[in-house]
Amino acid sequence: MPVTIIRRLLQSLLVLFVMSLLVFAGVYAIGNPVDILVSPQADQAEIARATAALGLDRPLAAQYWVFLRQAAAGDLGRSFAFNVPAIQLILERMPATLELAIAAMLIAVVLGIPLGLWAGLAPDSIAGRTIMTGSILGFSLPTFWVGLMLIMVFSVWLGWLPSSGRGPTLELLGVPVSFLSREGLAHLLLPAANLALFKLALVIRLTRAGTREALLQDYVRYARAKGLSETRVVGVHVLKNILIPVVTVVGLEFGSLIAFAVVTESVFSWPGMGKLLIESINMLDRPVIVAYLCIVVTLFTVINLAVDLAYSLLDPRVRLSDAAT
Amino acid sequence: MSATVIQVENLRTHFHTRQGVVRAVEDVSFSVAPGKIMGLVGESGSGKSVTGYSIMGLVDPPGRIVGGRILMHGRDLRTLPSGEMRKIRGKHIAMIFQDPMMTLNPVLRIDTQMIEAILAHQSVDRRVARDRAREALAQVGIPSPDERLRAYPHQFSGGMRQRVAIAIALLNRPELIIADEPTTALDVTIQGQILYQMQKLRRESGTALIWITHDLAVVSGLADDVCVMYAGRIVERGGVDAVLDTPLHPYTRGLIESVPSRSARGGPLPQIPGIAPSLLALPAGCSFRERCARADADCTAEPALQGAGDDRQVRCFHPHREPLATP
Amino acid sequence: MTREQAPLHPFRRIASDFAESRIALAGLALLGLIMAVALLAPLISPQNPYDLAQLDILDSRLPPLAQSDGGKTYWLGTDDQGRDMLSGIFYGLRISVAVGVASTLAALAIGLGFGLLAAYFGGWVDTLVMRIVDIQLSFPSILIALILLALLGQGLDKIIVALVAVQWAYYARTVRGAALVERRKEYMEAAAGLALSHARIVFRHLLPNCLPPLIVVATVQVAAAIALEATLSFLGLGLPITEPSLGLLIANGYTYMLSGKYWISFYPGVALLATIVSINLVADQLRDVLNPRLQK
Repeated sequence: MPVTIIRRLLQSLLVLFVMSLLVFAGVYAIGNPVDILVSPQADQAEIARATAALGLDRPLAAQYWVFLRQAAAGDLGRSFAFNVPAIQLILERMPATLELAIAAMLIAVVLGIPLGLWAGLAPDSIAGRTIMTGSILGFSLPTFWVGLMLIMVFSVWLGWLPSSGRGPTLELLGVPVSFLSREGLAHLLLPAANLALFKLALVIRLTRAGTREALLQDYVRYARAKGLSETRVVGVHVLKNILIPVVTVVGLEFGSLIAFAVVTESVFSWPGMGKLLIESINMLDRPVIVAYLCIVVTLFTVINLAVDLAYSLLDPRVRLSDAAT
Repeated sequence: MSATVIQVENLRTHFHTRQGVVRAVEDVSFSVAPGKIMGLVGESGSGKSVTGYSIMGLVDPPGRIVGGRILMHGRDLRTLPSGEMRKIRGKHIAMIFQDPMMTLNPVLRIDTQMIEAILAHQSVDRRVARDRAREALAQVGIPSPDERLRAYPHQFSGGMRQRVAIAIALLNRPELIIADEPTTALDVTIQGQILYQMQKLRRESGTALIWITHDLAVVSGLADDVCVMYAGRIVERGGVDAVLDTPLHPYTRGLIESVPSRSARGGPLPQIPGIAPSLLALPAGCSFRERCARADADCTAEPALQGAGDDRQVRCFHPHREPLATP
Repeated sequence: MTREQAPLHPFRRIASDFAESRIALAGLALLGLIMAVALLAPLISPQNPYDLAQLDILDSRLPPLAQSDGGKTYWLGTDDQGRDMLSGIFYGLRISVAVGVASTLAALAIGLGFGLLAAYFGGWVDTLVMRIVDIQLSFPSILIALILLALLGQGLDKIIVALVAVQWAYYARTVRGAALVERRKEYMEAAAGLALSHARIVFRHLLPNCLPPLIVVATVQVAAAIALEATLSFLGLGLPITEPSLGLLIANGYTYMLSGKYWISFYPGVALLATIVSINLVADQLRDVLNPRLQK
């Protein structure tokens, strides 16, 4: 197994490297880097100073090296709008986005796997067919519109839940979180449900397909031949087999959850990275955009690597194939 | 103590498919005495596996048992509610399947799969169950059982996996084991080892055995009685020596004669002409009629199973009478 | 068993197989209706919502079925500028559908080109193209679209570029997969000595056999493109106000929802929903019908 870890690590580093080249190309080589890194309100003198200071009169390769060095040190420019290092802005907002994404993932998995299992065990029943139709709706409905409808129903008409913002937060290991307080939870519920909808539909469909396939396998019949209760047959034998692909996909989709949080954060005014990105795009605060891109790409690569490792841990056939018995 | 462990009477199992009704098992009757081994022989599609599943109550839809009785200790297993049947499976009747790679769950450890088989029928301490599992593995000849318990199925070879399956079958000391082609997927040498194990275990534990196979050679070395199945029906029954010496049904005779043997070297290998009929479209009358050299106008009626000497039965209008020509 | 190459013969079979699902037929009917509306919007709208002369600011924010001073009925109410919602939705549908279809066709052409190239030439061309496709597909579409729009700015052409950039990779991968299967078959024939030009082999042999999976992917992608464009417009990064798609209409009504004037966002949303769901229903059935493994 150590061999595979090293190989995956190297692959991830390669992807990061390629992405850094792309970002660099996008910012420095294609666009006018001065436009991107200097405030639109700057005057000629400032532009000249910035050009020299940023080393834009030096060859591209040298610039790339500087870019890399600075990025590694965590310096990705300063925000125009807030005049603080861009990285700091993003890191401040990251806990909010991560909390939202994790909550959404939990909802999708905790609801999705049982529902998908049910639909797979009884595909022709009313419940089974309803679940499947519901799942089609789940990934057809545009997320932002569902968010609006949720606000309309639960905030405006019923008045049960707040319609925007994060509410008061409490500190957990130095990180501000919402879920520990009742009011924070109330603020978290609608946006998390909104973000979860698409993934929920996906998990249901995956689990259902996996269940139907698993039930046809010989080991199910054999387990029944041993006299095991149906609960154990489904709950242990079938579940463990379908969990592996489901978990893998879910893990890989976590990255896209973070990206799609952009929409949910805008609808619910949730103060996360995504909302920051939209605001920055509208305000032409380009250093923040660049910083967001770098951080998110790194996050994705790390997540992919973690999922790969988790997969090899979960499936004993993969885990033990390196160490031949 | 009853004279038979299991008694099957007029079993009928049909599959209602879109293309029609498949009569997989039609009017099958036999019984097995305690400690005896019965060979259930037939080619693929003869209904032998489905017979085994029917006894266990594991026929998958669209299949259903539509007639007959399966008597064990005087109780008809067909009439049992599913909870009661579950208690019988794995405890009074155990089953071994053909391909242990597919029947052992690949993502669960061996000890998990053995211990759960014990705990499903008895509440004992897990450690006690584990000890019994270890003993069972040792009993079937698996070395270093402690290590093996913690392993996964894919880490075993085919022969070892089948031994594990046998061990699992024996865990709860069943009165009957149904083995569905357990050696078909294995090398001949491994097959020999498994057969040896089965004989040893039968001697030690007194379990009755139904051995489902297409291979007459296995049956000849192992079984006490044999039932030959063709197109869903039993066409011949009797003690194994008697049947192999003097096969009465033309099909049985054809089967035996078509096995290559050293003493018949050089001569042409006899074959049964044609192929087995589709169970969706069985010919009227005797289902072997179209392949039988002895068939005539009588055979358009359906033959019934008739006695033919001590403890033998045959389903044929024109059975053979003479023993096989000894080479 | 060989398959007919001529695309017309199976068409009848596809049509009759498709009609086996009533839900899919309903979806198709709904889709037809939406397409008709999109095409005929200028003719059937009660009002041209972009002609400022026709608007009356005093009529703004009226609920559905309200009457204007001139006796016209605002069937679905008006928005904050006094625009008739029904007309706005018709025009919005037109734009949303047009952008979705246009970007899908463009992405299809580009993806098809790259996919065929990769499958036909194999080797390092194949590896290079598929690596790029894999990397792009591992990133969420919305992120790619957002970054592109951040770099390029707003505008109809820029949105289409972003949508195309997001979608082409799916087509490339699908086409390459199907073409590889075909190529293995055709390879024997080509090796038998017919010196056909590359182009002929590609267009006459590879292409027709890649069509079925391509059609399914394209149908689903149109819905995805429409949804993505609506999302981007809602976020303020998509189409400009001069060409309001459904997403922008919904965004306009966002602030009014909290005061109970739901119709400004709700009805455009329903129109968007109907479009996407009907396309998905049709696509689901098409996928089953065109799947060679499910054919008898």
